[in-house]
Amino acid sequence: MTDLDLFRTETRAWLGANCPPTMRLPLEDDEDRCWGGRNWTFRSDDQKRWLERMAERGWTAPTWPKEYGGGGLSRDEAKVLREEMRAINARSPLDSFGIWMLGPALLKYGSEEQKKKYLPEITLGEIRWCQGYSEPNSGSDLASLQTRAEDKGDHFLVNGQKVWTSYADKADWIFCLVRTNPAAKKHEGISFILFDMQLPGVSTRPIVLISGKSPFCETFFDDVHVPKENLVGELNKGWDVAKYLLTHEREMISGIGLSAGRPLGQVAADTVGAEDGMLADPLLRGQIAAFDIDAAAFQLALERVGDLAKAKQAHPAMSSMLKYYGAELNKRRHELLMSAGGSDALEWEGERSRGGDRARSWLRTKANSIEGGTSEVQLNIIAKRLLELPGA
Amino acid sequence: MALALDEQQAMLQESARNFLADKAPVAHLRKLRDSRDADGFSRDLWKEFAEMGFTGVLVPEEHGGLGLGNVEAGTIMEEIGRNLTPSPFLSTAIVGVSALLRANGERKSELLPKIAAGDLLMALAVDERAKHGPRQIAMSAKRSANGFALSGTKTFVVDGHVADLLIVAARTAGAPGESDGLTLFLVDPKTKGVDIERTIMVDSHNAARLTFDNVQVNADAVLGEVDGGWPVLEGVLNVGRGAVAAELVGCGEEAFGRTVSYLKERNQFGRAIGEFQALQHRAAHLYSEIEITRAAVLKALQQLDQKPDKAEPFVSIAKARAGKTATLAVQEAVQMHGGIGMTDAIDIGLFMKRVRVAEELFGDTNFHADRLARLKQY
Repeated sequence: MTDLDLFRTETRAWLGANCPPTMRLPLEDDEDRCWGGRNWTFRSDDQKRWLERMAERGWTAPTWPKEYGGGGLSRDEAKVLREEMRAINARSPLDSFGIWMLGPALLKYGSEEQKKKYLPEITLGEIRWCQGYSEPNSGSDLASLQTRAEDKGDHFLVNGQKVWTSYADKADWIFCLVRTNPAAKKHEGISFILFDMQLPGVSTRPIVLISGKSPFCETFFDDVHVPKENLVGELNKGWDVAKYLLTHEREMISGIGLSAGRPLGQVAADTVGAEDGMLADPLLRGQIAAFDIDAAAFQLALERVGDLAKAKQAHPAMSSMLKYYGAELNKRRHELLMSAGGSDALEWEGERSRGGDRARSWLRTKANSIEGGTSEVQLNIIAKRLLELPGA
Repeated sequence: MALALDEQQAMLQESARNFLADKAPVAHLRKLRDSRDADGFSRDLWKEFAEMGFTGVLVPEEHGGLGLGNVEAGTIMEEIGRNLTPSPFLSTAIVGVSALLRANGERKSELLPKIAAGDLLMALAVDERAKHGPRQIAMSAKRSANGFALSGTKTFVVDGHVADLLIVAARTAGAPGESDGLTLFLVDPKTKGVDIERTIMVDSHNAARLTFDNVQVNADAVLGEVDGGWPVLEGVLNVGRGAVAAELVGCGEEAFGRTVSYLKERNQFGRAIGEFQALQHRAAHLYSEIEITRAAVLKALQQLDQKPDKAEPFVSIAKARAGKTATLAVQEAVQMHGGIGMTDAIDIGLFMKRVRVAEELFGDTNFHADRLARLKQY
């Protein structure tokens, strides 16, 4: 038995003993996700127990070094863990921008003190982070951002506004792009800083989206004093950190179309019915089959790019390809869910529809091809960096 | 197992790439086409395939082959796709060998070394209608004095007019639409009652229409079980589907590569047309489709080697994706080449023609989407 086989056996046994049965049920809705943070209220004891047990092993951030609260697993071991969790339909113990985005950036660019201070509390789900990137006038052209951070000796004085800050109203801390040198070229005057959302001068205002929900906020900074030690990486070199973090954000978004849930074929059978074991609506059946083919192929592509990355053969811009395709795929999945659901899926309120979950989720997915860089921006990056087309 | 070629597989691909680019580039296809070559492929080139070991890629070492798997065969198919090389490699070295691997020991010892040596060509006769549908087989095999009498018509038989030995799927029981009652036969094409009409196809690759009029074969011509040919046939077809998917990846990627080069060379409005975002985005989308399809095809080939009994969904995903992606690639290739893309003088149109045929071979995208839906029970 190889070490990896042994790890699989042990992992399977541990998950079997420690993953509570209710944490193996499909997510009923977004409220079933665990985000952690100072103000988090667990939806159930099982949700709390599952997070604590996983965090104790460092398995909320399996590949991070153990000294920072991670699991210290190799990529192969982490893959085994993912596979074994998928095999029992285990829910993610913790959804976290700290794990998906900030952590990798800190591991690469952070100082030792910053890693020791911030990473463990992320893995434990104690601090919830949000991302201060986009601004009202800086969307796809992110590097044109205007939020100022003036050097005041021992601190930065931050003034400006961010927008589309996911869950800013629920987050404890923010990682934020600020302009520290207005005279330099746009990419060369940006810095990457961290600060507590409870600091005086920080305020947030949720934005009501077409889904009727407010996962995003406007975030305002009015003379916020941020300690200088909260700068990550070098002053005015924040764009490097920002880009690195974006590749992780893209990877995070690429996977969303594959999130667990009932297979589309089954969902459709509930409403359109079946004849001779086949969906009674042959055109919908064809669309679902075409989707399933693309989704399965995409899942394999994610796996392949991961394997290539391990062998150091993956082009960094491949994350743009995955982000582009994954986002479009998830939108397509939700269009099909709406189509399969018919008028049932149109209900916006009430118990039967769980508060209009199907329709609201469908509308939420429309942001997938906008957030983390639009599909068009991803295509630009592919054209320029992978295909090396002129003028791109 | 990593979803990437290992070092040896990558080396084999490299040697196939160099060999085919050197010996059989697209000009080779043009020459055969323009001279109306009677065989439709080069026997000299086939001998060189044998010397390279390609003919025996799937043949076990004890029978004189390399004893490798579908992933390795797929790397050669991909290069064949890249060069549009007309070759009995698919019908003989892949489909023929995988059928014979399911034959009895005596047959294997007799025939596999001949294939590895490049001395035996085979062809699989399955379809009878314009669309692939192995369950629809109607051709009858009635029991007769020494064995069976075959009657019926087969179409789209790849390399049917040059094969030395045919694998024929016929019905010994049941009715069209049923998978039970099929039997596979090894038939000498020179047997009385076999009529072979070569069909010149759009892609200038080999195919034939075969008519069987009360063709007598002995009982030992049966490959596998009488009435129980379905699992063997499906196993062989899946191997063929995986291989054609790999060929389609090669076709699509080559057409795409040539198109990206053209976007950088061709000037209009005082600049390279590749500077126009309308074309950049289409190219970037196509790149994504090709990369995703590549993963699906490699997975199917690995599955055929590792867990052949669980390969079916992966094969259908791969063949469906490969057909759709390569079709998009050649359509974009012709469009982005503009007027020159419509001419016979450049190769892009030849890729479009081959992709159209390979898309149809062993089940098109819709066939495989339907198959996947059935497997997933909807």
